[in-house]
Amino acid sequence: MAEMAIKKRRPKNLDLPTIRLPLPGILSILHRISGAAIFLLLPVLLWLFQSSLSSPETFATFREVVGHPLVRIVLLGLIWFYMHHFCAGIRYLLLDLHKGVDLESARRSSKVVFAVSIALTLIIGARVLW
Amino acid sequence: MVNRILVGAHYGLKDWIIQRATAVVMAAYTIIFLVVLGAIGPNSFETWRGIFANGFMRFATFLFFVSVFYHAWIGVRDIWMDYVKPDGLRLLLMIATVTALVGYAGWAVQILWRV
Repeated sequence: MAEMAIKKRRPKNLDLPTIRLPLPGILSILHRISGAAIFLLLPVLLWLFQSSLSSPETFATFREVVGHPLVRIVLLGLIWFYMHHFCAGIRYLLLDLHKGVDLESARRSSKVVFAVSIALTLIIGARVLW
Repeated sequence: MVNRILVGAHYGLKDWIIQRATAVVMAAYTIIFLVVLGAIGPNSFETWRGIFANGFMRFATFLFFVSVFYHAWIGVRDIWMDYVKPDGLRLLLMIATVTALVGYAGWAVQILWRV
């Protein structure tokens, strides 16, 4: 009974265009989007991994595919998705351990996640893709 | 009288723990893989293949793949539970997800043990 009363009094705003998502919220939805994208691309990634390891001929094909400018851009985006998921995931593990739970630390750590994941993406992209 | 809210029990605890345990395995592998990649700097088929011909790396990569697939199952299942309301469609999507992931696991084993 008490629960019902609380539920009724909770303010509700589902007018989406008026909601401005704070940075930890953007981090959170990107965590989900990046995970879903990596899941959907798993067969492509496994195929690429297979071609890179099967034989010198398939390795050459792999290099050709990965060398295509459009594929490179997609892969760079995918590396960012992976690095974002990785860094945001570490942040969530720390939150699980009650580290940085207060509002200010949570906002600061979300900035760190974006900075570190983008920096790692650029470094790895520069070394691996170009 | 049983006065219990069903969703309040620890039905999700096992998955919650596995999601985090697999995350730790993947994070550790990611660091190991990047260090190996940086140290070897593979630029030919032979050097690239050599990484996975190594017993430890093959084992670690296998564990990484298993973690990816289990982790993906929990995450994707959560997505279906959040956004797909019709029970039949949700069940269908979950079965399709598991089927794909189990298939990927077999494929990954095949790739790794043929190196």
